[in-house]
Amino acid sequence: MPEEREIVMKLWRGDAGGGAFETYKLPAQEGEVVLDVVHRIQATKAPDLAVRWNCKAGKCGSCSAEINGRPRLMCMTRMSSLPIGEITVSPMRGFPIMRDLVTDVSYNFEVAKQIPSFTPAPKPPGGYRMSQVDIDRGQEFHKCIECFLCQNVCHVIRDHEDNKRVYAGPRFFVRLAELEMHPLDTLDRRAYISEAMGIGLCNITKCCTEVCPEDIHITDNAIIPLKERVVDARYDPVAWLGRKLLGRPAPLSAVQAARYTGAASSAARSPSARAVPASPETASSTGLPAD
Amino acid sequence: MSDQETHHYDVVVIGAGGAGLRAAIESLTTGARTALVCKSLLGKAHTVMAEGGVAAAMGNVWPEDNWKVHFRDTMRGGKMLNNWRMAQLHAQEAPERVYELEEWGALFDRTPDGRILQRDFGGHRFARLAHVGDRTGLELIRTLQQRAVGLGIDVFMECKIVRLLVDRDGATNGAVGFWRESGRFVTFAAKAIVLATGGVGKTWQFTSNSWESTGDGHALALWAGADLIDMECVQFHPTGMVWPPSARGLLVTEGVRGDGGVLKNIDGERFMFNYISPYFAAETADTIAEADKWYTNKADYRRPPELLPRDEVARAINTEVKSGRGSPHGGVFLDIASRRPAEEIRRRLPSMYHQFKQLADVDITTDAMEVGPTCHYIMGGVRVEADTAATTVPGLFAAGEVAGGMHGANRLGGNSLSDLLVFGRRAGLAAAQYALSHPAVAPTESAVVSVTEHALSFFAHDSGENPYALHQDLQETMQSLVGIIRVESELVEAREKLAELAERASKLSVEGNRSFNPGWHLALDLESMLACAFCTTLGAIERRESRGGHTRDDYPTPDPAFETINMVTRLSGGEVAVTHLPRPAMPAELAELFEESK
Ligand code: SF4
Ligand code: SF4
Ligand code: FES
Repeated sequence: MPEEREIVMKLWRGDAGGGAFETYKLPAQEGEVVLDVVHRIQATKAPDLAVRWNCKAGKCGSCSAEINGRPRLMCMTRMSSLPIGEITVSPMRGFPIMRDLVTDVSYNFEVAKQIPSFTPAPKPPGGYRMSQVDIDRGQEFHKCIECFLCQNVCHVIRDHEDNKRVYAGPRFFVRLAELEMHPLDTLDRRAYISEAMGIGLCNITKCCTEVCPEDIHITDNAIIPLKERVVDARYDPVAWLGRKLLGRPAPLSAVQAARYTGAASSAARSPSARAVPASPETASSTGLPAD
Repeated sequence: MSDQETHHYDVVVIGAGGAGLRAAIESLTTGARTALVCKSLLGKAHTVMAEGGVAAAMGNVWPEDNWKVHFRDTMRGGKMLNNWRMAQLHAQEAPERVYELEEWGALFDRTPDGRILQRDFGGHRFARLAHVGDRTGLELIRTLQQRAVGLGIDVFMECKIVRLLVDRDGATNGAVGFWRESGRFVTFAAKAIVLATGGVGKTWQFTSNSWESTGDGHALALWAGADLIDMECVQFHPTGMVWPPSARGLLVTEGVRGDGGVLKNIDGERFMFNYISPYFAAETADTIAEADKWYTNKADYRRPPELLPRDEVARAINTEVKSGRGSPHGGVFLDIASRRPAEEIRRRLPSMYHQFKQLADVDITTDAMEVGPTCHYIMGGVRVEADTAATTVPGLFAAGEVAGGMHGANRLGGNSLSDLLVFGRRAGLAAAQYALSHPAVAPTESAVVSVTEHALSFFAHDSGENPYALHQDLQETMQSLVGIIRVESELVEAREKLAELAERASKLSVEGNRSFNPGWHLALDLESMLACAFCTTLGAIERRESRGGHTRDDYPTPDPAFETINMVTRLSGGEVAVTHLPRPAMPAELAELFEESK
């Protein structure tokens, strides 16, 4: 057993109306992750401390927070991997605060509703055949645990709340890429991706890739290929809607329709319209220490 | 109904893991107005933790496989306590359910000729588990989640259901819960309810289960008047992490053994060869040479003893550790490093590689893992009718881990994901049909108010009794007295301790306000956990034999008299009572399957 060390952890406590860091001190224990310490604080010092978690194994993506300013999963961050001294844990900055470490991530669930669903080709007699090489890339995207850390750091939404109306964000570019590259899917979403999902706003800063706990190469494997694919596509909402109605049971929802209108009238779609540095330095503007 | 938030639906599904999602999809597409209510965010349920795969006799790798072989494996694995009809439906319908997931976008690992690849798992005669590396549960839940969202199902997230409502005729007509965010109450008026709330693992100290596994559905059903069966049958998965302490209990997939990993004690001995019970001797290799040939030639060789059903392996590990042959941190070694190339290990078991590297600083491609038993699954659960998943309460259905019967006294790995799909679908269908043919009976205001008043009572208590401390005491009690190996004196002691804990639980005091207050949520979860712990303990006292996941030191062998008995726990005059219920007998044509191959 190592000698008795004391942990000093500063946790953000508060709600939408405001809050502050509170300092908790407790003895260190062997092999702990940040979430263990947060739980010990909850059990012994702050029973109403709000925190989300489920699996404690890096598989559910519930426990996202910013640890010493760096967006990470609390359950996969070992205390011994952090520098000695005070540790701060704060809620994800890219989403509205609910309470303490819990944020309102409903934006992501709204975007998810708008993604045109998987639409396979009819099943041939004897069932579908796909070779492993054709699904390797898709399987990489399916590793996503929806921790929304990439959404949290993407400056397009982190610094511009308004863009949430017109921009799907990296997690959903991964989702769209997975659909686009699915060997069985038949729907052409290219125009939709460039228009309604706003992929043009992404200027490939790669901050999303850096924080992905599943090591998904969000920018290189999903966003850049998508950008290349959509470059020539034009979005004809009427034709698109027609295809969708023919191919799928559910019609375009009111939210989707409103979203499209919003997107179409927004001048902010062009990346050249805004002065965003395309260099890795952007990382510091998101509060991310360089790795 | 005054200013109380109320939603009206035909069918309300509680729980959004695999079973709940599958039920909701079926209910909606059957034409019922359907709501899905879950305690966490959508897509975070414990199903994501399932690693190994979905068992389905598709015969893609071994054409010899078919539903009868799967059925027989399931029954034998469950020590014949299974509801035969559930096991039959499960084996027959699982392949269709897996192919359906593929139609909804799932990407399973492939065979060289492009079909769904299947892997070996304990207790399955043939390689049968459709899988995606070692994250099959995530693939399953995400596919179902995206399907449900695509269909436009109404999802109510982060909502904890406190009680079901029951009308004058004893049928369920709704549920009352609260939003975790605001602490405000909400009523769901429904003609039918599907429980899909998962398990009870959080009642034990070392468990692979997430915080949600507090037996809510079991308790809701019990309180609404339903029967539970065989709650003493709890599965301790043989391989959980044992170190570091904070990761203790975390699951190490059986896929490690399916892919060639072996168990060793401190002397480097493959000890499982010493624990082959006569029941499985005919189909288990008794030399290392034979066992090692099996991985590539299943037709001519018998399977390694490391792949015996989970209850057998868990007991063996327990004995090795108790006999002083365990690993430094009180487990045994699981070694795949010396058996497979590093590259293959990383490719086939990426999450395991990741998990050990990040949490324990162990590289599983060069070093052995330390593992030991962890509370994983409850085979017992709400008593249901096999074909419809209907409980004994009209309008109430149950599917997945919360339902009992399918797995008997022990579940085979891979049979849970298939169970979710097969019976999730059946429950959704039956609930929708029930709802569409029954009138709505509005919940009464007084029924709702009695639930909300109860839930709020904890804020008024000033006992200083802390929910976290009580939870810890409950976990220690169950771990030490109602664990893998049980004995009457300890079970009786547990029953007394649980009565004391229940007394303390009724006085728990909660600090803070109602908005996202985990202390309050835990106080309410503890009610469910205590109810389940009682049922498990009472069933364990009453089942005077050892069978599957239920092992009695004082009755070390199975007793044929108990093979035909389901242990029913239900509320009677406010108390949990146990009764014996004769299990439905298997028809002759199925019974034959067991005779010819014995
Ligand atoms: S590359 Fe940068 S701009 Fe593009 S999605 Fe990722 S974080 Fe956002
Ligand atoms: S892509 Fe990576 S960072 Fe983004 S939500 Fe998925 S797992 Fe999290
Ligand atoms: S708790 Fe599931 S990822 Fe951290």
